[in-house]
Amino acid sequence: MAQWEPKIIALLCNWCSYGAADLAGVSRLKQPPNIRIIRVPCSGRVNPKFILASLRKGADGVWVSGCHPGDCHYIEGNYYARRKFALLKDFLEYVGIEPERVHFSWISSAEATKFAKVAEEVVDAVRKVGPARYLVKREVEVE
Amino acid sequence: MFEYTEKIREIVKRLLQDRVVDGVIGFRKGTVPMMNHPFFMKHIEQVPQLYWDSWCGVNLANYLPKRQDKVAVVAKGCDSRSIVVLIAENQITRDQLYIIGIPCKGMLDRRKIYDTVRTRGRDITDVMERDGLIVVTGKDFSLGLDRNQYLQENCAICLHRNPVIYDELVGEMVPEQEIDRYEDIRAIESMSSEKRWEYFSKLTEPCIRCYACRNACPFCYCPQCFVDESKPQWVGKTIDPTDTLTFHLLRAFHLAGRCTDCGSCERACPVGIRVRMFTKKLEKDVKELYGYEAGVQLGERPPLDTYRPEDPQDFIK
Repeated sequence: MAQWEPKIIALLCNWCSYGAADLAGVSRLKQPPNIRIIRVPCSGRVNPKFILASLRKGADGVWVSGCHPGDCHYIEGNYYARRKFALLKDFLEYVGIEPERVHFSWISSAEATKFAKVAEEVVDAVRKVGPARYLVKREVEVE
Repeated sequence: MFEYTEKIREIVKRLLQDRVVDGVIGFRKGTVPMMNHPFFMKHIEQVPQLYWDSWCGVNLANYLPKRQDKVAVVAKGCDSRSIVVLIAENQITRDQLYIIGIPCKGMLDRRKIYDTVRTRGRDITDVMERDGLIVVTGKDFSLGLDRNQYLQENCAICLHRNPVIYDELVGEMVPEQEIDRYEDIRAIESMSSEKRWEYFSKLTEPCIRCYACRNACPFCYCPQCFVDESKPQWVGKTIDPTDTLTFHLLRAFHLAGRCTDCGSCERACPVGIRVRMFTKKLEKDVKELYGYEAGVQLGERPPLDTYRPEDPQDFIK
């Protein structure tokens, strides 16, 4: 088997972080290819179910990114998201999921360099803890 | 506890006579010892059936969401907090309720009694209580047990024994306990992630996915629960360990900042899973991060329905 590469689901806010990802691409910044981007309307749209579903389906890490506090397109979506994520992150760690698997960030659409840098950090962190071990739903093999 | 029963009957009789309420939700003596059932009544003739003792653990707030009529409800400390949360969530209005408050000394855990008595191969026919002593009787035996040893786990660490809202109390307020609620949670937090994972895998292993914990909870009133969703299906419906744990994680997360630790989930669990280990962690976090305790203050917004610009965000890059 070829060397293991982490698979990471990134849930990016349409107005900021997705724009940053776009800008990073257009600016030809070097970034790791391990990230699978899903565009969401707002970080407030991200339901804890999405994060659990990603882990269940075998993602090695999840990264949620939205606008800086105060810059939300919907005024306050990311403030609600922040409370939700603070609880969720702590809760997942509490049941034994490594803290390196779940990441959150605020990246505005102008911060392409920050995007590339955080992407690098996220991939490195997940690479360090290795392939997902917990909460992965294994399919039963039927002959 | 007999005084409480008398007082409840007296209040309810008056309420029905004066037509203050359409109906009453209280307790009736169960057909087996240590299991009292919720009792819904509308007529004065039914008043003598009302009952109260230390086996009324069921949270009657569970029967309130989306009610149209005006009801009187018998509420312990935790139940009254659940009612406050339900009011905040627009499930019922304060005007629709006449709350008969019970200053509560803690409900008892029937499983603990069974464990003590049944190990000697005996069946229980009657359980009485007097002066801090539980008297368990069966064929050819009678046993006195110390009440404090047989409290439900959540009652032993309860900080709000007296109702936070009520229209009438059935007795004098009881003294509140001063106790460290989160000792066991901290013990788990100090373990390594492997150990924690092992602990929770073991904890949820006997789960048969009957959803009794969900059904007993006063806050699980969604018209469609996430476990019943099929397109997309977020949680598998099998008893595969991953599916089971996902269910417990999401169920607990839905109660973040709402759970009043009434212990209904644990009491309802047919296989005795300590599901409060999930909800209590979230309760602790909400208290530490946002200084909020569910259902203590009428008119306060739930913590996940509000924010402060200066909320902690060290975990965000």
